[in-house]
Amino acid sequence: MENNGKHHIVPYKTHITVLLGLIILTALSVAVTSIELGPLTVTVALLLATAKALLVLIYFMHLRFDNIIYSIMVAFVMFSIISIIVITFLDYLFR
Amino acid sequence: MSENPTRSIEPSYLKYKGRYGGIFAWIFSTDHKRIGLLYLWSIMTFFIVGAILGLLMKMELISPGKNIMGPQTYNGFFTLHGIIMIFLIVIPGLPAVFGNFFLPIMIGAKDVAFPRLNLTSWWLYMFGALVVLTSQFTGGGPPDTGWTFYAPYSFQTPTNMLPAVTGAFILGFSSILTGLNFIVTIHRMRAPGMGWFKMPLFPWSLYATGWIQLIATPIVGVTLLMIIAERTLNIGFFDPSLGGDPILYQHLFWIYSHPAVYIMILPAMGAISEIIPTFARKTIFGYKAIIASTVAIAFVGYFVWGHHMFTSGMSGVALYTFSILTFLVAIPSAIKVFNWVSTMHKASINLQTPFYWAVSFIFVFMIGGFSGLVLGALATNVHLHDTHFVVAHFHFIVFGGTGFAFLGAMHYWFPKVFGRKYDAGWANIGWLTFFIGFITLYGPMFYLGIAGMPRRYYDYVEVFHGGNIISSFGSIILIAGIAIVITNLVKSAISGEKADQNPWGGITLEWKVPSPPPLENFDEIPHVTRGPYDYS
Repeated sequence: MENNGKHHIVPYKTHITVLLGLIILTALSVAVTSIELGPLTVTVALLLATAKALLVLIYFMHLRFDNIIYSIMVAFVMFSIISIIVITFLDYLFR
Repeated sequence: MSENPTRSIEPSYLKYKGRYGGIFAWIFSTDHKRIGLLYLWSIMTFFIVGAILGLLMKMELISPGKNIMGPQTYNGFFTLHGIIMIFLIVIPGLPAVFGNFFLPIMIGAKDVAFPRLNLTSWWLYMFGALVVLTSQFTGGGPPDTGWTFYAPYSFQTPTNMLPAVTGAFILGFSSILTGLNFIVTIHRMRAPGMGWFKMPLFPWSLYATGWIQLIATPIVGVTLLMIIAERTLNIGFFDPSLGGDPILYQHLFWIYSHPAVYIMILPAMGAISEIIPTFARKTIFGYKAIIASTVAIAFVGYFVWGHHMFTSGMSGVALYTFSILTFLVAIPSAIKVFNWVSTMHKASINLQTPFYWAVSFIFVFMIGGFSGLVLGALATNVHLHDTHFVVAHFHFIVFGGTGFAFLGAMHYWFPKVFGRKYDAGWANIGWLTFFIGFITLYGPMFYLGIAGMPRRYYDYVEVFHGGNIISSFGSIILIAGIAIVITNLVKSAISGEKADQNPWGGITLEWKVPSPPPLENFDEIPHVTRGPYDYS
């Protein structure tokens, strides 16, 4: 946005597509709970939640149309959180 | 830095007449300098309360048996002491006071990026503090869990947990907003010509700290909400009888609270990195290495939280991983110490009070750091866990590190903040008394811990008496030191001799504006052409 000093306008079609994507992913995350995945339950739930968060970040929060530095920052934060979760599971999976 | 120092005819920020008068000119001011002072006075008030609680606990421990308080009062005291000292003092500490005051000036800006958000942070801080303190006087009595609110006790204790936990949650927002504000300010508002590697080290440390505040604090926020949900709705996150896991609480709590240690110590290291080159009158040794170590500490610091839980029953793999990662943090910390010492090497040092605070910071920080390695080793940890050794270690790091750096920074920037000089004689006496008291108070705790004295008990067996007598007398000396330092600074702020614009011969931007600075700091935004510590 700030690169060229003008606002980027996202077409309604994109918004609706993303909304549909979010609804499908939500339905999927509910449906997947009926399958017994053992230790992978949390992984699948987190992956689906991450996919949804990324859709919101990229389209609704305009990350895609912004300066690359913001994407780098978000990637860095994501990496930190993923590392924290992986390290936490070094406890739970090896007890 | 800038070749053209700015001289202002504007009234100073202390005298500026705004929209409101009296106290409202302060509590509704969006000026970063006034907000910095609001934090200073609030933190000082809370600190006096926390220090008195600490003194009373040491008086209880001066001899075995009940002296001035029983077990329940003692439990309440160490909980409140911890909450006040951690959440209300050392976490906001240097960023909220000196970060607010000096970050914009040091990077050549007129204010932070979001001045109103900045004022909101202070209001949230005060509101959170009020909610926390309400827990002392209402409901089932003062919380007795310790500042860590460990599950399952924190959702079982009949004491008044909810206000304490809710207050800590609100304080977290204050911290997040300050961190966000500083990150944006540093990205967007540096003066022309001030590239990332022309920025002084204190703003660099605030930048790294800002990221920790931003990423780690929400985790403790969610965790505290989980405690509230557990207590009120019996959900079963942490309660084993409901299928929960108490160790999950410890993970979540320390995922924030260990990086919080770096929220405390990084700005302290930043302040020390400002003081040493100014009084050594020399460029700092390894400027980029210090930046790299700051960022490395902030980053690796996220992944070491498990060393608080070595005896909690984690898996072996987790134990080894956390122990190795903990040892890794020592590397960037040591890089900084070597850089500070190398800066002093062959320097023509101007011995002044801030420098005394800075070198004593290095001394106590190293003792704290080395004892941290003892605790980070798996085998020794089993012996020392929950003993006075741990208490000594974190007081050397948290109080020794942050406290010495805070008071060093206070003396260093005092002429700039208040436009007056402190009484150097009393300042030196205050520092020496404080230092002797500090070592006498916390030094014996290492011995007591190794001998096996557990922490968090109001009573002990006779064999620990000797060490406790020395430690308790140390607390009296320390309190005397604190009283001398605070009295001297308050008195000097009111009636001290007028200070020059640049009493120490510093070359970062804050020394190029009048003392005290005008409302918008600079008449004209400076153009930076030289490095921050270029004494050539």
